Amino acid sequence: MQKILYAAACAASMIGPALAQDLKIGVVVPLSGPPAVLGKQVEDAFRLAVEDMNGEVGGVSTEVFVVDSELKPEVALTRVKGLLERDEVDFVVGTVFSNVLGAIVKPVTKSETFLISPNAGPSTLAGRNCNPFFFSTSYQNNQNFEVLGKHAQDQGIKSVFMMTPNYQAGRDAVEGFKKFYEGEITNEVYTPLGHQDFSAEIAEMSEAGAEALFTFMPGGMGVRFVKQYRESGLADKMTFLSAFTVDEATLPAQQDAALGFFGATSWAPSLDLPRSQEFVTRFEEKYGYIPGGFAMQAYDAALLIDSAVRAVGGNLEDKDALREALEAADFESLRGNFAFNNNHFPIQDFYLLRVAQREDGKFWTEVESKVFEDYSDSFAQDCKMK
Amino acid sequence: MNSTILLIQLLNGVQFGVLLFLIAAGLTLVFGVMGFINLAHGVQYMIGAYLTFMYYSWTNHFLAALALGLVTALVLGLLLEELIFRHLYTRDHLDQVLATFGIILFVNELVKVIWGPGTLTLPTPEILSGSIQLTENLKYPVYRLALIAIGLFVALCLYVIVTKTRVGMLIRAGASDSETVNALGVNISRLFMIVFGFGAMLAGLAGALAAPIFTIEPGMGDNLLIVAFVVIIIGGIGSIRGAFIAALLVGVLDTLGRTIATDAMGLIFDASAANQIGPSIASMLIYLFMATILFFKPQGLFPAQGGAR
Repeated sequence: MQKILYAAACAASMIGPALAQDLKIGVVVPLSGPPAVLGKQVEDAFRLAVEDMNGEVGGVSTEVFVVDSELKPEVALTRVKGLLERDEVDFVVGTVFSNVLGAIVKPVTKSETFLISPNAGPSTLAGRNCNPFFFSTSYQNNQNFEVLGKHAQDQGIKSVFMMTPNYQAGRDAVEGFKKFYEGEITNEVYTPLGHQDFSAEIAEMSEAGAEALFTFMPGGMGVRFVKQYRESGLADKMTFLSAFTVDEATLPAQQDAALGFFGATSWAPSLDLPRSQEFVTRFEEKYGYIPGGFAMQAYDAALLIDSAVRAVGGNLEDKDALREALEAADFESLRGNFAFNNNHFPIQDFYLLRVAQREDGKFWTEVESKVFEDYSDSFAQDCKMK
Repeated sequence: MNSTILLIQLLNGVQFGVLLFLIAAGLTLVFGVMGFINLAHGVQYMIGAYLTFMYYSWTNHFLAALALGLVTALVLGLLLEELIFRHLYTRDHLDQVLATFGIILFVNELVKVIWGPGTLTLPTPEILSGSIQLTENLKYPVYRLALIAIGLFVALCLYVIVTKTRVGMLIRAGASDSETVNALGVNISRLFMIVFGFGAMLAGLAGALAAPIFTIEPGMGDNLLIVAFVVIIIGGIGSIRGAFIAALLVGVLDTLGRTIATDAMGLIFDASAANQIGPSIASMLIYLFMATILFFKPQGLFPAQGGAR
C-alpha cells in the first residue's frame, strides 16, 4: 500500500507541472566571436526580466532556451528549427543582426510561432514583407540614421563627410542619413568590413573641410576608429555624428577617446524615467556592466510577452487573441512612450545621445536632445498585414 | 587629391607596409626554408597582442610588457613547433593547411574564453603618446612614426643576420636545398626550430606593436594573414628582401588605392556607380597586383635561389 502511494505521489509530482501549461521562450542571439558582446546584453537582460517576474512570464511558469546564432544564418536556422520542433517554444526572441533574422523569419512565422526582434529591423520586414507573427521591440534599421540626418539638418550643419563599411547596412545608413539632410556631402567613403587602419580615411577627412562626420562603425571597428580619430586631433574640428559606434557595448574599450561624441537611438541608460533607472541599477548590480539599447529592447520584449500572455489568461492556443494582445502593447516600456504601428514596429521617441563620464568614472551615453516624438518608420505604408 | 594628402597617404602606406613586413618576414622564412604552410601565423600575431595586454595589466609598463610578451610568444612558438608542427613537415601541404587551420579555430576560441569576446585596447606608451601637427587639421601620432622606425630597424637586423651570419647562411642554404644541407651534417631540425621560433616572435612583435593602434580582438590576425601571404608571394617565397619590398609595395598600393579608387571611377562612371565600384576595386587591388606580378614573374620579385617549393 505504502509503495503504491509513493508511486502515485511520484507520478503526480512528475505530471503536476506539465498539467499547468508552461510557457517556453527561445532566445536566438550571437554568443561567439566579437558580436557575442551584443548577444550577451540581450540574453542577460531577458533573463533578468524573467527573474524580475519570479520565473513566471504572464503569470505562467516559464522556461527560457538560449541558443547561439554564431552570426551565421545557416547555423541559426538549424538551431531555431530545434527550438520549434524539439522544444516546441511558444515565442522566439531574436536576433541582433538582420541577415540572421532574414534566415529565421520564415520557419518561425510559418509554424505560427511569434517572433520578437530585440534589435534587427530590416526594411523589408517593416514594409511589404511585414508579418502577422513578427513583432519588433527595437526600431527599423534606418531610423537611427534618419535621426542623425534630421539633427544635422536642424542644426544647420553645412557639410558632412560620410564613412560607413561597404555592406548593405552601411549603404542603408547613408540612405537613412540623406532622408532629412539636404546640405553638402563632401565625401562618401566605404571601407571594408572589419577595417583595421583608418589612417587613410582620416587623412581624407582632414582635407575635406566638412563641418561634421557621419559614421556607422559597429563593434571593434568603432573602437579602432574612435581611438584613431581622437589621436588625429580631428575631434576638435569636426562634429562626430554616429549610430552603433559609441554605445554601451563599445564604450568600455573606447573610454575617454569617445567623450562628447554623438550617437542616436530611442533610449539611453541615463534616461530620466524611474522604471528605466531601476532597470539599469538592477542590471549593473547583477552583471557588473552598463546595459545598452540591446539590453533595454530585450527587457521590453519580455515585458511585451508578459503583458500579452497575461491578457489572454495563459491561453497560448488562440493565436489571433494572442496577436491582438501583443498589438495592444499594454506594458510600461523602459523607454517611455511605446505603441505598435500597423507593421508591428514601435512608434516611439528618438534622441540624440552624447557620450559622458559618470561620477564613478565609467562612460555611458546621455540624452542630448529629443529629435523625434512618436516617430514611425518610413516603410509602414507598404505593409499590408494579412 | 592634392600633394599634401598624397604625401600623408604615402606615409600611411609605408607604416602599414612595415607592419606587414613584420608578419610576412616570419611567414616567408618558414614557408621558404621548411616548405611549410603555416596558416596559424596570424594566430601568433594575435597571441603577441593578447600577451602584451596581459603583461601590461600586471606591470603597467609598456616596454616591460612588450619584452615579456615577446619571450612568451617565442616560448609558445617553440612549444607549438615541438608538439604539432614538427610532425607535419614531411606531410603534404593539404595536411599542413588542415592542421594549422585547426589551430586557428582552437586558439581563437581559447583567447575568447580567457579574455572574453569584446574588443580590448592597449594604451600608447607614455613616451610615444605625443603627436606631430602634420597639416592645419591633422595630427600624426608619434607612435606610428616609431612603428616605422622599429620596422626598418628589424628589417636591417634581419638583413644582417641572413646575409652576414652563419645561421643566416644556413637559412639561405636551407631555402635553396634543405636536403643537401642536411646531408652535409647540419642539424636541420634544430635550424627549423630556430627559424620557427624566431618567426613566431616576429609575428608576436607585430601584434604587440599594432595593438595600441588596431585594438585587440579574437581573430584579429586572420585578415592580415591573407595579406601577408600576398606579400610573400609577390616578394618571392623565402626571401627577406623580397618580403620587405613587397610589404612596402602592398602597403602603399592598398592605402593609396582606397583613397584614389572611388575618385578614379568617378571619372568613368557617375557618382553613385563610382561609390559602388570604387571600394570594391580598392579591396581587389592588391590581388590584381599579385596576379600581374605572377604573370610576369611566377617565382615572385626576388625568388630564393634554387626555388622554394
